[in-house]
Amino acid sequence: MEKKITANDFFWTFIRSNFLQASWNMERMQGLGYCFGMVPILRRLYEGEELKQAIKRHLEFYNTQPFVTAPIIGITAALEEKKANGADVPDGVINGIKVGMMGPLAGVGDPIFWGTLRPITAALGASFAMTGSLIGPLIFFVLFNAVRLAVRWYGISYGYSKGTDVVQDVAGNKLQKLTEGASILGLFVMGALVNKWTHVNIPVVVSEIDNAAGEHVVTTVQGILDQLMPGLVPLLMTFACMALLKRKVNAIWIIFGLFAIGIVGYALGILSV
Amino acid sequence: MGTMQVLLIFIFATIAGMGSCLDEFQTHRPLIACTMTGLILGDMTTGIIIGGTLEMMALGWMNIGAAIAPDAALASVISTILVVAGHQDVATGIAIAMPLAAAGQVLAIICKTISVVFQHKADSYAEEGNLFGIDLCNYGALILQGLRVGIPAVLVAMSVGTGVVEDMLNAIPPVITGGLQVAGGFIVVVGYAMVINMMGASYLMPFFFLGFVVAAFTNFNLVALGVIGLVSAIIYIQLNPKYQAVAAAPAAASGGSDSGLDDELD
Repeated sequence: MEKKITANDFFWTFIRSNFLQASWNMERMQGLGYCFGMVPILRRLYEGEELKQAIKRHLEFYNTQPFVTAPIIGITAALEEKKANGADVPDGVINGIKVGMMGPLAGVGDPIFWGTLRPITAALGASFAMTGSLIGPLIFFVLFNAVRLAVRWYGISYGYSKGTDVVQDVAGNKLQKLTEGASILGLFVMGALVNKWTHVNIPVVVSEIDNAAGEHVVTTVQGILDQLMPGLVPLLMTFACMALLKRKVNAIWIIFGLFAIGIVGYALGILSV
Repeated sequence: MGTMQVLLIFIFATIAGMGSCLDEFQTHRPLIACTMTGLILGDMTTGIIIGGTLEMMALGWMNIGAAIAPDAALASVISTILVVAGHQDVATGIAIAMPLAAAGQVLAIICKTISVVFQHKADSYAEEGNLFGIDLCNYGALILQGLRVGIPAVLVAMSVGTGVVEDMLNAIPPVITGGLQVAGGFIVVVGYAMVINMMGASYLMPFFFLGFVVAAFTNFNLVALGVIGLVSAIIYIQLNPKYQAVAAAPAAASGGSDSGLDDELD
C-alpha cells in the first residue's frame, strides 16, 4: 500500500515548526529542532530500521532564517514520501537539498523578516506605545504573527507541491525582486527613523545678542545644526555605529559607549535632554 | 508583591525566555514583554510606555546566522518590574535594561552551549528509533531557555519589595540618571545601524537618505513614510533594467532569430 502524508500530519508539522529554535545549540544549531518538526511525517512514513535512519538524517546540522524553513520542510516531506514508497532517493540528496537551500533562503528571509517586517511593525507599534496606547503592542503582535504564520503555513504546502522545483524559484527573479523591494522599504524607513525617533540637543551657546527689535536672541550649536539639516548628529552617529559593527564590535559595548558619552556630555553641559 | 503576582511573573518570564530563543511569537520583544509584565503588576500603561521606548532601542537586536542577539526578554521583564514595583522612573528603567540585555545575552550563549547535550541525547534516541525521545530533547532545551529568564525575574520580583533594590537604585547620583536620559535619545541609532548593516545592500543607500530627508522636512507619520518607501520600492523594481532584461529575454529569443537573420542579411 502506498504511504501518504495526511493533512493532519502537515497540520502538526506546521504547529511543531514553531519550535524550530527551541534546542538551538552551538554544535548543530537548528538540527534537533528541524527533526522535531519532521516527527509527524517520519512517523507516518517509516518504521523499524528505516525510521532510525530517517531520524538520524534530520538531526544533521541545519540553520537558516526560521520562517523560510517552511518550504524546505515541504520539499523534504515530498522526498521522504517518495523514498518511503520505494523510490531511489539517497540520504545525501535529502541533506544536500536542506543544506543547499538554507543559505539562499536565509539570504531572502533575513532582509525581509528581520530587516524590514519586524523593524517596521515594531516601530509602528512603538510609536503608539510611547503614548501608553494598547494599540501599539497589539498592532505589532497581530501584524507580525499574521505574516509569519501565513509564511509557515503556505510555505510547507508550497514546498511539498513544487518539490525540487523550488530551487529554481529561489534562484529566479521573483524572490530577488521581493528581497530587493523589502530592502528598499526597510532602508527608507530606517532613514526616517534615524531622523524622527532620535533626540540630540547640544545647548552650547554660540552667540547672544539683542537684535534691532530689542529681542534677546540666543544661538546654540543645536540651533545652527537644525538650520543646516535636522537630525545631522544622529545620522553621523549611525554611520559611526555601522563602522564599529562592521569591525565586529559587540553592540552592547557600543551602547555602553553611547551611555558614557551621554553622561559625560550631560555633566559638562554639552548635551541636554 | 503577592505570591500570585510572583507566580504570574515566573510564568510569563519563562514564556518570554522561550520566545527569545524561538523568535517566533515575539513574546520576548519589549512591546509584548513589558506590556504583559506591567499588566501582571497592575500598571499596564507604564508597561506599554517602557515597552515602546525599549522596543525602539532593540529594533536591530536579531539572531542572524550563528550570532546571538542582546536579550530583550530579560531586559524587558526585569526593567518593568523595577519601574512599576520598584517605583523608578522610566528613564532609569531603560538605562538598567541595557546591562540586563548584555547579561541575558551571556546567559543565552551558555544555555545554547548546554543545549548541545540535548542534541547528543537525541542522537541516542535516534539509534532506538524513539520519536518521543526527540520531542523530549527539544522540550528540555526549551525549558532551559525559559528558566534562564524565569528564575532571575522571580529573584528580582521577590527582592524588589524589601527596599534593598530601591535603595541601590536611589543611590545613583542625578548626573548619571540625567546622562542616561540624554543618551536614551540617541542610543536607538545602534539598532538602526544593525538593521542597515544586515541588509548588506550599500547600493540601495540612496533610499536611506531619501527617507532621512523626507522625515527631516515633513511631519509625515510612520504610515505615510512607509507608503512612500513602498512606492519607491515598487517603482525601482518596475523600472530596473536588470529585471526587464530577464523578462524580455524569452520574447527576444523567439522573435530574435528573425531579426538576427535580417541583420546578417543587411
